[in-house]
Amino acid sequence: MIDTLRLTAEEATRLVREKEVSSAELYAAYRAAIDAHDEELHCYLHVCDDDGGEGVPLAVKDVIGTKGIPTTAGSKILEGYLPVYDATVIERCKAHGLRVLGKTNTDEFAMGSSTENSAYGPTRNPWDPTRVPGGSGGGSAAAVAAGLAPWALGSDTGGSIKQPAALCGNVGLRPTYGTVSRYGVVAFASSLDQVGPVARNVRDCALLYSILAGRDPCDTTTVDLPEAVRLPERTDLNGVRIGVPTEFTGHEAIEPGVREAVERTVELARELGAEVGECSLPRSLDYGVPCYYLIAPAEASSNLARYDGVRFGYRSPNGRDRLEMYERSRDEGFGDEPKRRIMVGTYALSAGYYDAYYGQAQKVRTVLIREHAEAFERFDLLLTPTSPTVAFELGAKASNPLAMYLNDLLTIPSCMAGLPGLNVPCGLSEGLPVGVQLIGPQFSENRLFDTGYALEAALGLDPVPERLR
Amino acid sequence: MAIDREQLLHVAHLARLELPVEELDRLGAQLNDIIEAVSKVSELDLSDVPATSHPLDVANVWGADEPRPCLTVEEALANAPEREGAFFKVPPGGS
Repeated sequence: MIDTLRLTAEEATRLVREKEVSSAELYAAYRAAIDAHDEELHCYLHVCDDDGGEGVPLAVKDVIGTKGIPTTAGSKILEGYLPVYDATVIERCKAHGLRVLGKTNTDEFAMGSSTENSAYGPTRNPWDPTRVPGGSGGGSAAAVAAGLAPWALGSDTGGSIKQPAALCGNVGLRPTYGTVSRYGVVAFASSLDQVGPVARNVRDCALLYSILAGRDPCDTTTVDLPEAVRLPERTDLNGVRIGVPTEFTGHEAIEPGVREAVERTVELARELGAEVGECSLPRSLDYGVPCYYLIAPAEASSNLARYDGVRFGYRSPNGRDRLEMYERSRDEGFGDEPKRRIMVGTYALSAGYYDAYYGQAQKVRTVLIREHAEAFERFDLLLTPTSPTVAFELGAKASNPLAMYLNDLLTIPSCMAGLPGLNVPCGLSEGLPVGVQLIGPQFSENRLFDTGYALEAALGLDPVPERLR
Repeated sequence: MAIDREQLLHVAHLARLELPVEELDRLGAQLNDIIEAVSKVSELDLSDVPATSHPLDVANVWGADEPRPCLTVEEALANAPEREGAFFKVPPGGS
């Protein structure tokens, strides 16, 4: 009997390799778990049939193109779209014997923090189905938490891997910008988008990252890793210098339960041998979100210009001429959040406003990069809460875009700076998961894995949602 | 600063979004709130700070000028809403 709630991907890999379990049995176990629970949770937009291959299954966020498998990005405008090629990350996973189990739910075009912006309905949090799983990658995070996948691919622009991992109690890595190919991935904001792993523990997360990372000639923003990915083993933090940015722990938006769980984790890091000190990123919180909500929509307005009803995707039958066809296809095909971002982005890039909005935001980005670089002169990595709150009720913020944007208050600044961030579960508040975010300099993933692994081992939390145990 | 209805329609046209009246009313107020919130970036005097367009310090990348396999015409047209022969087909007129 395969316990999909507890089996790690590393162990699943070993079981298949040593032929203790067949690939077909493993695939069938996850399919059975999906059949039993996904009607309630709605993690998947599409579930694949066993294609007879060999290897461990993998859930894939539906912004990642999969040849011959529907890829919608959570949008009606891509309903029925069947990619004619695999994204590079899918090719890499397949080359390592991973098999696509299904495509997971996402906010439309990865724009959101709750998965409620999906055109196909929200995903529910496995810890409490009246609550959101976070977003945009709520489907991948919830699937891993509920045992509906051993691990998953996500994508992160301003927190879409880390924030749902925090809210669902799993480990998610937003990699250093440029380490993972975006070729074949639905583009949102190209100077920010990164694909990354979502897993049940830190070692699985590192293992999947080792498969994904590396230069891809098809994505010219990618680079070679300066050092190979190592699976973490150390359980102490001797000599590791951890900075705690005071603005990130003291902010009024942070719930007391989240603050307490993070403070306990800081104390634990100290007990494990880390040298912990305070630092300051004074402008990152005040200006990170405004900066992000100019740059990301501006780039999105450009990237989403391709959905014009000509080459693929939805075409309105109501356009009498070509212009009307474009405008109506886009009006009928996009949901509210992409429309808001296209409008804000187009405005910020338009003549007369470019310098004041987009140009100024690009300069703020430089300020954020410098602030982080300064902190890394004294510290090896930074530790902050990942999300200011635990998972909130479905519908709680759905009618207020600005309130929704603040969910990413703590994840956005390091994304703007191109830095890697790892969410590690650190406790519960009101029975719901709380996560810490470990942020390091560019290409410091191994350091983040080492630290996350030591914390995870010392915390000894049960990753399985209480109601499913 | 507030965006008036005329500006909204202009931006919608630039973005090739139809936005019927009902949507303009609903999204208009939200867009004004968002623009007001993001305008916070103008508080900082950054006249001597360079802009960042890309978070990695990388040089331009050139590909080898060699032919390689690409999509067939059938693959390229596989998701077309409408086609004619080897072409994407669109309604006439407009711009």
